[in-house]
Amino acid sequence: MNSEIALILTQDGLVNGAIYALLALALILVFTVTRVIFVPQGEFVTYGALTFAALRQGYVPSVVLLLIIVGLLAAALEVRTAFQGPSFRKRILPAILYAGYPLLLAFLLYYVTGAPKGAAMQVIATLAIVAPLGPILWRIVFQPMASAPVLVLLIAAVALHLVLTGVGLLAFGPEGARTQPLFDAGFSLGVISISAQSIATIGASLVLIAVLFWAFNFTLRGKALRATAVNSVGARLVGVRPEMAATICFSLAGLVGAISGILISAITTIYYDTGLLIALKGFIGAIIGALVSYPLGAVGALMVGLIESFSSFWASAFKEALLFGLIVPILLWLSIARPMTDERE
Amino acid sequence: MSKSGRTVVWIAAAVLIGASGPLLPEFYVTLLNYIGLYALVALGLVVLTGVSGITSFGQAAFVGIGAYTTTVVTVTFGLSPWLGLVAGLVVSFVVALVLGAITLRLSGHYLPLGTICWSVSLYYVFGNMAELGGQLGVNGIPPITILGWPLDTGRSMYYLIWLCTLGAMLLTDNVLRSRVGRAMRALKYNGEMAESFGVNGSRMKLLVFVYAAVLAALSGWLYAHLLRFVNPAPFGINMSIEYLFMAVVGGAGYVWGAVLGSAVITILKELLQDILPSILGRNGNFEIIAFGALIILLLQANRDKGFGLLFELFDRKETGSAGANRLPKPMRVKPADPLLAARTVTRTFGGLVAVNKVTFDVRPASIVAVIGPNGAGKSTLFSLLTRLLDLNGGEVHFGGHRIDRLAPHELVRRGISRSYQHVRLVPDRTVLENVMLGGYCRTSRGPFAAAIGLGFEQELQLQGEAEAQLKRLGLLAHKDELAGNLSLGQQRLVEIARALASAPSLLLLDEPAAGLRHHEKEELARLLGELRSEGMTILLVEHDMRFVMTLADNIVVLNFGKMLAEGVPREVRANPVVLEAYLGKSVR
Repeated sequence: MNSEIALILTQDGLVNGAIYALLALALILVFTVTRVIFVPQGEFVTYGALTFAALRQGYVPSVVLLLIIVGLLAAALEVRTAFQGPSFRKRILPAILYAGYPLLLAFLLYYVTGAPKGAAMQVIATLAIVAPLGPILWRIVFQPMASAPVLVLLIAAVALHLVLTGVGLLAFGPEGARTQPLFDAGFSLGVISISAQSIATIGASLVLIAVLFWAFNFTLRGKALRATAVNSVGARLVGVRPEMAATICFSLAGLVGAISGILISAITTIYYDTGLLIALKGFIGAIIGALVSYPLGAVGALMVGLIESFSSFWASAFKEALLFGLIVPILLWLSIARPMTDERE
Repeated sequence: MSKSGRTVVWIAAAVLIGASGPLLPEFYVTLLNYIGLYALVALGLVVLTGVSGITSFGQAAFVGIGAYTTTVVTVTFGLSPWLGLVAGLVVSFVVALVLGAITLRLSGHYLPLGTICWSVSLYYVFGNMAELGGQLGVNGIPPITILGWPLDTGRSMYYLIWLCTLGAMLLTDNVLRSRVGRAMRALKYNGEMAESFGVNGSRMKLLVFVYAAVLAALSGWLYAHLLRFVNPAPFGINMSIEYLFMAVVGGAGYVWGAVLGSAVITILKELLQDILPSILGRNGNFEIIAFGALIILLLQANRDKGFGLLFELFDRKETGSAGANRLPKPMRVKPADPLLAARTVTRTFGGLVAVNKVTFDVRPASIVAVIGPNGAGKSTLFSLLTRLLDLNGGEVHFGGHRIDRLAPHELVRRGISRSYQHVRLVPDRTVLENVMLGGYCRTSRGPFAAAIGLGFEQELQLQGEAEAQLKRLGLLAHKDELAGNLSLGQQRLVEIARALASAPSLLLLDEPAAGLRHHEKEELARLLGELRSEGMTILLVEHDMRFVMTLADNIVVLNFGKMLAEGVPREVRANPVVLEAYLGKSVR
């Protein structure tokens, strides 16, 4: 290997790593606030990528139907609680939102605008379709068992991952998709060429991370989320509704997943079942951050990206084996650095 | 179900399997073979997840280790499949030991995440090593031979598979009904509590993890010699997920749940794969969607209990009396004076000094009460004495030996036992089983002895001991009820019975009278006095002043982590500093 190849590999690694870092942040966010280890995060990436690819080819993917179905389910659940509980009007509003938004969006996409033209509109449409799946799926899958142990929530998350993979095959078909880079330009820096797309990817990750950081530290909602993460009972006592906190988290997770999908679709071919592997790479980053530390998680994810790109050069057949085998020394290190402190969840 | 009832069920199952072998059509033999193979893996998960509360998404990888090891042994080296079995079990044992040792020390969710990752890794190793046939796999695995008789048909393998599965289930069932099973359940419910009754939590978890891995490897060995062909596909993450679903559907902690779960999932999958496309008129992996949705609904309905409630119906039992059987009295050194000595014990949380240089003695055969307003540090002090928290400074001596460096599970063997302020009984087990956990440290019957039914006398002695303690607390009539169904006051008394079952020389009681009615308090005070006259030493935290003042020989008063006073009740009651802490400063 010469320095030229090393630089190219580093660039690849950083670009992938930036996406994994985004996912790691979303995973840590969702876990700390809701205790859900959100395995289906990867499906948001594939849904984002494949929806975007479909829109670029000029048609509206049938995943919109999924959004309508789960939206109606969530609305039905809200209506049920509305009839049981005292605050009918408070409950009926979310029901209208859960059912109305997907229908309105579908109406717009199918009958008014058609598949949007222009990259910017396509990005917005992708986010509008995919991101709301986050809070809606939380409402129908996790909220009914929000107090269950972490392990039960994890099993449910894995079951949801299976459902979404199956639906992904139905909605997008078995063919993979790869999109043209949004930014075609590129420039040379010495011996290597740097594409504008990779700059944009890293830039978008940095901006998102910065925005999240700002929101968490300097806004009331962000502080409420952090309070829930530290002590959910205490947060509830001072008026933070856990449903609100969870809805925000899953919305962010959906948004981050969809954005990652749009970014990654220009780098690599995405299939309906690629999600798990991508999410797991984010997980390795998150685990390096011990599922609680954002900066460590982001650094870990960057490391994953670099190791991935270098190991694909040295031993491409064993790339994934090496990468996921990496978890063993990481866990060893964690078990020495952080001996059993918290037995109960 | 009674013991003889259980024996009948096992024999009936064995006869049914044996007799149905020649009669079943080929299709059902194949189906049952798979159900048996899967049940073996699910059985490991029943113990791991259902009983012990830890979980693994990597069981398929252990199946793969078993299958590929025997493939290498028999195909590459041309050796006997039996050597392949031994090698597979050894390899899976070592791998599980290493992985478990580094993962199980971390908190609960690292294990499932870790197992997902490394099983994905192993899958790619299987798929990419030319020596293992890559994605195409390896053909020509020889059949297993027994006494020169080759098991080369599905029907002949049927007997071996179900012999292994039923055998493993029987052995596992025996273990789950022994002290080891009780320890696992306590560990799932509350790790700290289990440790304080002598359960070495990390070792127990490692044992369970390794056992589940070895069962999976056994299944892999059978699988390789049934199909006579291996490729990586059945050892991927999706199969691991399916195994876990089988265990979840089968229910919380019953060995028959493994068979039920694997049967339900296997048959459902067959049906869904046939029916759904014809209903919906197109192809696709609909079964995965239906499956995932069903699992989510099941989890929402009753968490991870699955259909385990069905088994509970059959498991409602009335235990006989163990009669006069007792455990031998533990041999302990003659109690030193003082029995317990706290020396400048200190604990800080960040800037807050919760317990500040507390020094006091507890003399043998006395009752010492720790009192103080809320937040005085009483419970923290208890946690320090029982090693649930580390000291920041000071020393604790018990019977003349320093104990503030011991692991929590070692204390009870030295004679320190406790009850909790917030009751920590395993709510879905019987009162008797809960009290028997107290005697865990006085018994030694290991999992292997329990599996093959050795040393049952000890179990009977332990039961007798537990019954004697329950009788003493007037709860013998409730012994077969679920602990969670008793009133709070009764549950507190069960906690004391459990502590007494460990035959402690020092009994630590955290607010034992809270939630008791008046006459129950009097009864408790009488019992504690009686224990004292028998030579037991008692240290208690209590808010009921009348209870404390009439009972205690000595009182330690804490306020804001500091020791305010120490002395006999009369002195403490007259102490102006104590009065001020409780009632406020005099206005005069």
